[in-house]
Amino acid sequence: MAIPLGLGNSYYLNVLVFVGIHSLITIGLSLLMGYAGQISLGQAAFFGLGAYTSGILSTKFGVSPWLALLAAIFVTGGIAFLIGAPALKLKGHYLAMATLAFGYIVYIIFNQASSLTGGPSGFGQIPRFKLGNFLFKTDVHYYYLVWILVIIALLISLNITHSRVGRALRSIHAGELTANVMGVNTAKYKIQIFVLSAVYASVAGSLYAHFITFLNPSPFGFHFSIVLVTMVVVGGVASVWGAMVGAALLTILPEYLRAFQDYDILIYGSILLLIMVFLPKGLFVGIFDLVKKRKNRQ
Amino acid sequence: MSLGSQLLQYLFTGITLGTIYGMVALGFNIIYSSTGIINLAQGEFVMLGGMMMIYLTTIIKLPMVVGFFLSILIVALMGALFERGAIHPLKDPSVVTLIIITIAASILFKGGAMFAWGKETFSLPAFSGEEPVRVLGATILPQTLWILGIMAATVVFLIFFFGFTLTGKAMRACAANRTAASLVGINVKTMVLLSFALSAAIGATAGIIIAPIALMDYNRGTMLAVKGFSVAVLGGLGSNVGAVVAGFVIGIMESLGAGFVSSGYKDAIALVVLLLVLFIKPGGLLGSREKGEFKKF
Repeated sequence: MAIPLGLGNSYYLNVLVFVGIHSLITIGLSLLMGYAGQISLGQAAFFGLGAYTSGILSTKFGVSPWLALLAAIFVTGGIAFLIGAPALKLKGHYLAMATLAFGYIVYIIFNQASSLTGGPSGFGQIPRFKLGNFLFKTDVHYYYLVWILVIIALLISLNITHSRVGRALRSIHAGELTANVMGVNTAKYKIQIFVLSAVYASVAGSLYAHFITFLNPSPFGFHFSIVLVTMVVVGGVASVWGAMVGAALLTILPEYLRAFQDYDILIYGSILLLIMVFLPKGLFVGIFDLVKKRKNRQ
Repeated sequence: MSLGSQLLQYLFTGITLGTIYGMVALGFNIIYSSTGIINLAQGEFVMLGGMMMIYLTTIIKLPMVVGFFLSILIVALMGALFERGAIHPLKDPSVVTLIIITIAASILFKGGAMFAWGKETFSLPAFSGEEPVRVLGATILPQTLWILGIMAATVVFLIFFFGFTLTGKAMRACAANRTAASLVGINVKTMVLLSFALSAAIGATAGIIIAPIALMDYNRGTMLAVKGFSVAVLGGLGSNVGAVVAGFVIGIMESLGAGFVSSGYKDAIALVVLLLVLFIKPGGLLGSREKGEFKKF
């Protein structure tokens, strides 16, 4: 938390704020992927719904950013429930397909509902957060705000994974039928985790909206959903810590890949493919396992 | 233009679109039947087919017919390479792993195409003439007839291949029951390889025949994959008749929607249909209940 004191440069702080925003989303996504054994290919849409709900309410209807953030949680969580409940009650991986379709639909709406969203060019002048007379206006302020929320999200997630619910979720991942026979209501837990992951993404979206103060649809498309999945996969699917490492790595790395410009897409693709084929548990968990194996052999 | 001929015009457009979606859906079905994998890189085969054809015929200036078959062959090889490189080495992969791998492959194909041909949009001359044919006040491009003809030829080929050749029957056996198929001496791994090559070939064919009408760029694949997938699910995953019929249904809905409701939202139509089918009748229109229950999915 003391990092900002050592970093005079606001550019690095800016990157760290983004690491925090992305971590919020990937912590939720890793709960879904690692513990509930499901995948969302539309997580960027929940991020976008949070951002747009927050942005539109505070800019066009004068709602305070905090209330807007809360409202966005309910809107996004509610929509996630409507998508997730039917998809997750069915056995198998309908959620992947439902979220893929849903993500595209939301992206099209962001582009087309110009009267509300400003269309492809978006809208600006979104107010910043305020506490009494204190206005969050510098990167340092946002650094603390974002990372406090990340820590809260992390604590909630660790709490869940170490509780009865966490054990139930792991049992889903290990074998859904067995879990059902043991009396675990797998569908209920999966829906809860899915809604929670959407809520995390929504909060991240609200933070983004009130930090950047400008919104257009392009950060919320399918491409970003895939980047988010890549972050979780790089870090290690069944670890919320890994999800944060992945978010940090894939937020900072592109800053150094600027030279490659558009070709970063090739690098993302290669990273994803190589990790999935050779280290399906994720880069860090995979390397850790390899080291352990080698030690055991000696 | 009268309302009647306007309707007819939208119908023609819808049938053209639907043919392409149907062919993408056929590609999904072939891989799904033999492996249980939903190959999200399916749309990239379509894009690669179109781009390869444009490259071979307009830049290298090969004759149309040679370019047509060579493009299909090259993309089929890419499909096979993808299977050998990324699917074959996996040991008992989870579905999430498979989904991510096919997405990663689609990113790589897309990136590779951008690397090779850049970001411009390319056009391909129509196979025979641009002069539209007039039918009851509406017009049909000669290319549309080519598209319908080649689709029909593809379907006939598939019926013959799966119904009357030993290899085709072996592939169907793998689709029905992999363990049983390998017990009677079918090399399941080879059939999986073959299904990727065949699926890529059909995708490439779709890309080649649509290129003169729709133009082509490196970024076309994903949307085509998503729509083709919607069609495959509406028709019932694994049902080839369903894929063709559902292709026309979604193609026509899309062109009517674009004409009468809003062209901005036309891309959402197939996706809304996909969501509704998943929620209301996951087996699809023509799929059997058993097939509709995703194999590994």
